Amino acid sequence: MGNVLTIIAQRLMLGLLTLLIVSVVIFAAVNALPGDFAQTVLGQGATPEAVAAIRQDLGLDRSPIQRYFDWLGDALRGDLGTSFAQANFASYTGTNSGATTVAAQIGPRFANTMFLAMVTATIAVPVSIILGVLAALYRNTVFDRAANIFTLSSISSPEFFLAYILILLLAVLNPLLPPLSNIYDGMAFSERLEKSLLPALTLTLVVTAHMMRMTRAAIINLLASPYIEMARLKGLSPARVIVKHALPNALAPIINVVALNLAYLITGVVVVEVVFVYPGIGQLFVDSVKIRDIPVVQACCLIFATAYILLNLTADIMSILSNPRLRHPK
Amino acid sequence: MILWIAAALVGMAIIAFSFRYAGQVATSQSPYFRDMPFGVAYGYILGVACVIWLIWAYLQALSSDPAIANKYFFLRVAVEGFVLFAAVAWLFRLLGRTVGTAWSKHLFRSMPLTASFGILIIILYAIVSIFAGALAPYGQAEILPGVAANIIPGGDPNLGGNPDFPLGTDQIGRDIMSRLIYGAQNTVGIAFVTTLIAFFVGGSLGFLAATLGGWLDQILSRAVDVLMAIPSLIFALLLMTIASVWAPRLGIPLTVFMVLIIAVIDSTRVFRLARAVGQNIVVMDYIEAAKLRGEGLGYLVFKEILPNATAPLLAEFGLRFCFVFLMIAALSFLGVGIQPPLADWGTMVRDLSAFVNYAQFAPLAAVTPLLAAGAIALLTVAVNFVVDWMLQKTSGLKE
Repeated sequence: MGNVLTIIAQRLMLGLLTLLIVSVVIFAAVNALPGDFAQTVLGQGATPEAVAAIRQDLGLDRSPIQRYFDWLGDALRGDLGTSFAQANFASYTGTNSGATTVAAQIGPRFANTMFLAMVTATIAVPVSIILGVLAALYRNTVFDRAANIFTLSSISSPEFFLAYILILLLAVLNPLLPPLSNIYDGMAFSERLEKSLLPALTLTLVVTAHMMRMTRAAIINLLASPYIEMARLKGLSPARVIVKHALPNALAPIINVVALNLAYLITGVVVVEVVFVYPGIGQLFVDSVKIRDIPVVQACCLIFATAYILLNLTADIMSILSNPRLRHPK
Repeated sequence: MILWIAAALVGMAIIAFSFRYAGQVATSQSPYFRDMPFGVAYGYILGVACVIWLIWAYLQALSSDPAIANKYFFLRVAVEGFVLFAAVAWLFRLLGRTVGTAWSKHLFRSMPLTASFGILIIILYAIVSIFAGALAPYGQAEILPGVAANIIPGGDPNLGGNPDFPLGTDQIGRDIMSRLIYGAQNTVGIAFVTTLIAFFVGGSLGFLAATLGGWLDQILSRAVDVLMAIPSLIFALLLMTIASVWAPRLGIPLTVFMVLIIAVIDSTRVFRLARAVGQNIVVMDYIEAAKLRGEGLGYLVFKEILPNATAPLLAEFGLRFCFVFLMIAALSFLGVGIQPPLADWGTMVRDLSAFVNYAQFAPLAAVTPLLAAGAIALLTVAVNFVVDWMLQKTSGLKE
């Protein structure tokens, strides 16, 4: 067991290190902007005093290294800075209403995005594993070929194409679900679920296809091994061979694929949220990119990257844990 | 609604059971029916039910009542499109089997229908994008004076269409068909160039890392690890924000920045593959022999490693192209990609997407925005079909 713990600890450290370097990359990228925010916001009428005041207020007058560590320290404490677009500079008004901080803006939206991801995962994971097992069981039949064509098409279509087709079919021609997801605080759970069902279905289409193909491939890979042949020669039914003998050994790659696809979900969410006007972190990110609200862009980037790294790390650790040879070393 | 679905599922289970039983009795316990698991019987019944529903819905679309016909209009288009594409792909494969050299005939003989469909579509797109200027009736940014905006395709004057513009005109009076055709040139062309740059950078660095090893390999690999730890679309959006500030100052179009940014992000994936493939090759004896002959680095990379890595790299090129193409489309759709007045499919989808909501009243209104999105999907699907077939062929996995 000690062996596994060492490996996991190593992976965790590596993940932390990656995260640290990623934060440096993000910070450096943002600091590659020409001029600074104070000059941009004041435009033509910038007096040196006003520029200096804003610089001091936003801490732009210090060295980049110092600012990086300040930013990192604040981010760790949950303070992601002040949104440029909504900043009512303290030096002008002397007040600071809570809604101007990036954290206050991101907080509820982050929860919305997580909700969407959860709904998607609850639909997608069981469906794709069952379909993947079925496709492996009936490989090279009409069902398998149809599933192959369908999944390839839905993987390779852009998310917005799938989204508009679903809107067209399920919201416009057959008004079953609302085409827009206007979600607000204090909404009843059932209503919230109904409103986020269409974006969740879109994401499910994309993610399921991936997971299903991987599940199928992982199981088919195993079917060539001698112990499967043994099980078949014992006279077990094909379904029993796959569910009882192949699936437990295919679990490691399947878990890996599930985690990777959840990581993919984090980015796929951006386009889908924009299509459905879903008030999540992805939409905030795109809006901030358009108005160049740097602190928000920076913070969203960091959150997306953290989620991505964490999920990849989980995939790593889960596949180590599900490997009995690593769990019980000789 | 849910009750109906449940009742239908149970009903099908009963039909499936009796179907199997009838088969067993009728063929007097032939092994096929005797050993048929219940799930298989159920699957057959489910498949038959789906086909019956499709036929029923297709007939509904042909009904004279416009309210019902509208509802199933897109299903009709999908069914007809599927049959048409399958037929054309089959004819194309037939053509490939009879015309051409022995090699190409052999290639087409073992080709699944999906792959021949993919090749056909890729050829079509290539022709359209190369000859866009000659094919398009109007310019891509040409605002036609005195033309009312209409997005009803077909040019039927009864529906408010104009026969001069078969696919209608957009909000500011530009011919949509011309923009679609130019979109092929811009979107596909830019994606192709981006993929080429990504391959050149990622491929050469990957091979270098594999051949030289040591500290260069370490530095490059760790840098790629870090870049790959940031989700690509997010990273692209971050860099595009910064580029959008730099672009006007330097006087370089934003599109150039976009090409470079996506190329760099995607070259990390190419690097990984090229390095892995290269590492398998550099341990071969013939590389050892070439090194002993005193061949230089350029000879090793281009004459020894590259020819042996073509097959996996070619398949990767197809996949990379899809990813790049989709990323550009997504960026344009989000409004930070290819900039107007260049016609581009992602931007067209975003601009025209509001018309999807009018499909209730006139299904044709939703066709135009979906055409642009469908054009993107069709190409990526086609490339994926071909790559899938190539991978299956080269890996020799016959399962």
